Amino acid sequence: MINGGKNMLLAGVGGQGILLASEIICKVMMTAGYDVKKSEVHGMAQRGGSVTSHVRYGKKVFSPIARKGDIDILISFEKLETLRYLDYLKSNGMVIINDAELYPPSVNLGDATYPEDIPETVRKYFEIVKIVNASDIAVRAGNIRTVNTAILGVLSAYLDTIEAGIWESVIRTSFPEKVIKENIAAFNLGRKA
Amino acid sequence: MNELMSGNEAVARGAYEHGACFGAGYPGTPSTEILEEFAKYDGVYAEWCPNEKVALEVGIGAALAGAKVMAVMKHVGVNVAADPLFTLSYTGTNGALVIITADDPSLHSSQNEQDNRNYAKFAKIPMLEPADSQEAKDYIKIAFDISEKFDTPVFLRMTTRVSHSKSIVKLEDPVDTKDTTKIRYNPAKYVMVPFNARVARVGVEKRLQELRSFAETFPENRVEMNGTDAGIITAGMPYNYAKDVFPEYSYLKLGMVHPLPVKLIREFASKVKRIYVIEELDPFLEEQLKAQGLNVTGKEIFPYTNEFDPGVVKTAIGGNNGNLIDLSQLTIPPRPPNLCPGCPHRGLFYVLGKLKAFVAGDIGCYTLSFMKPLEGLDSCICMGASIGMSHGMSKALKDKGKGKVIGVIGDSTFIHSGITPLLNMVYNKSNAVIVICDNRTTAMTGMQEHPATGFTLQGEETKTLDFAVLASALGIDSVRVIDPYDIKNTRTVMKEELSKDGPSVVISRRACVLLKRDQADAIKPLKVNHEKCTGCKACLGLGCPPISWKRFEDMSGVSIEKKTKKQEGIAVIDTSLCNGCTLCQQLCSAGAIEEV
Repeated sequence: MINGGKNMLLAGVGGQGILLASEIICKVMMTAGYDVKKSEVHGMAQRGGSVTSHVRYGKKVFSPIARKGDIDILISFEKLETLRYLDYLKSNGMVIINDAELYPPSVNLGDATYPEDIPETVRKYFEIVKIVNASDIAVRAGNIRTVNTAILGVLSAYLDTIEAGIWESVIRTSFPEKVIKENIAAFNLGRKA
Repeated sequence: MNELMSGNEAVARGAYEHGACFGAGYPGTPSTEILEEFAKYDGVYAEWCPNEKVALEVGIGAALAGAKVMAVMKHVGVNVAADPLFTLSYTGTNGALVIITADDPSLHSSQNEQDNRNYAKFAKIPMLEPADSQEAKDYIKIAFDISEKFDTPVFLRMTTRVSHSKSIVKLEDPVDTKDTTKIRYNPAKYVMVPFNARVARVGVEKRLQELRSFAETFPENRVEMNGTDAGIITAGMPYNYAKDVFPEYSYLKLGMVHPLPVKLIREFASKVKRIYVIEELDPFLEEQLKAQGLNVTGKEIFPYTNEFDPGVVKTAIGGNNGNLIDLSQLTIPPRPPNLCPGCPHRGLFYVLGKLKAFVAGDIGCYTLSFMKPLEGLDSCICMGASIGMSHGMSKALKDKGKGKVIGVIGDSTFIHSGITPLLNMVYNKSNAVIVICDNRTTAMTGMQEHPATGFTLQGEETKTLDFAVLASALGIDSVRVIDPYDIKNTRTVMKEELSKDGPSVVISRRACVLLKRDQADAIKPLKVNHEKCTGCKACLGLGCPPISWKRFEDMSGVSIEKKTKKQEGIAVIDTSLCNGCTLCQQLCSAGAIEEV
């Protein structure tokens, strides 16, 4: 924990809405009065590649990226990507895993196999592991493209110092008018999941 | 008002607030968003140029007229702009001219990891280096002021981590500015013939001396005294990494990395027991400090390569990073970036990969097609290199290279630096075939306009370069246009052109699948009919993300009849990802791929 804040790492696959999700977290923390920084790398046809976003908030934040072993919460949008960044977590860190599988090229081609029982592997190292089916939540919220907001809902339940109202107000300003309702619904379903 | 901004957005905002009215550049990660964002502000003029050399020359002209100008490029772009750069240092700027170089430690999206601080020293130009978005906004303003005050171009050095990280920035209102541009005649200053340049050359050294004095009291060369056990001399993003893990040390944070404040550094050094120089890439500061006789620790313990993070800094100085999980015990298939579903490059490179030819590649998304399974590209050096290289290789191979050397280059890259080497091919009677992958945009950096798209950076309609007419005008006798979604015709045309004497140009034209403006047809996704699939794996050779291979043994509860004794599974298409390009359908001899 840095100055009363947290280090988070969002991980997943290009196109899953990770950058928007980390943007929303940052704006929530800003609204709550924290200093905040986030960092990711874009370019070079990231579509389909592994994507991460570091988010750090606290009284004063220097580095926009956390070092390995210093992440409080790993938020993984895809199961395999959870494994790739496990070494970033603190020993008492928590993991939120979206129960989604997206095959990398080597698996598609049959040259590699997609690891089995990823949640079990993660549980060997960490006590607090939350598995969530965000696609299912998104469908229930009325729009499959609200997966990232559903995951933010799950995360929000673990950040009890931040009022739900702040999340909602930031979400309202982060999406086009016509999809706000579904995103708020996905957030609330995620929060209760 | 506070706003969360990337370093790039903050530079654009700072330039706007400070009354900069003119921007020119060429897209390149991580610099692209600076000019894109700047172009959106009221009252500014901004343009994409064909390349960085042109952008800097445009900037020089505007600055000599008295404008406040920024020229924006990635680190390797400065190589292209280096020719005007070195003499610009002699002429000075009249108005204000800031060159933004966005370096890419760790090569996130670049072909090399050059440290452009060396350009500041080499060209005798001051360089500022911000560490976060607020500083990016502040420093672009200071850079303009230094440029005006000292009549010098000024570098603002960004790195990927500063450009693309976001932090909180305090917004200010733009200052009132007057248009002071006019034609100013001054041949002694602008005409760099030897007679004038010798005089200007002396002026450059004098200016550098003045800047050295300026640096001594420049407030952004900032001393933060804490404990005296260790002092850290650093600049830019590594400052944050160090503060994160060693808050108890004292700091000299250099806002200006060239020229250095030698007295200030000596004074700081005298107050602490030992000094660490923390800098990514080259020992740029360290070597200068050691040349001053200072006893500092730098690259003995810090890496030369890749960007740092707080862990790198801590490990190097000797802190404990804790026990990290050893990931080598886990099997984690890599997930490299891939060409998008429906990418027009895929059909072309599928064909090229099957031809027995050397394919000299270039800079663009298509460079990714060197990977399995396409393996359709054999080299990548820099913008435009494909054409010169394929010609040189074809000449050196003589008859052995006949029909066996191809150069492949994107539309924006061709405009950037492919035209002169193509002229060279005509002039020197080449036998290579050049393919221009014309996807109607600068795709890799995120859909920027260029001279063949018909639109300017600020969205105005303009003339559209016609590649076929240009190639003919340069003297190419055989110019063909193909649709890379048509595999058979692509293969036929490539074979025909390779068999001809003399240079040919093939324009492989199909808009980038992400470019919404040019998508003519509605997407009709495809699926695999399991009753017909023979499991031949031909479609997998495209490396298209939605297509995957399912073994029979991994499919529980589904019974599919084997079409051949040897069949081990079937192909499956994830219809939610498919863009319906039909390449896989064309390869499927069993006719198993159908519209959903």
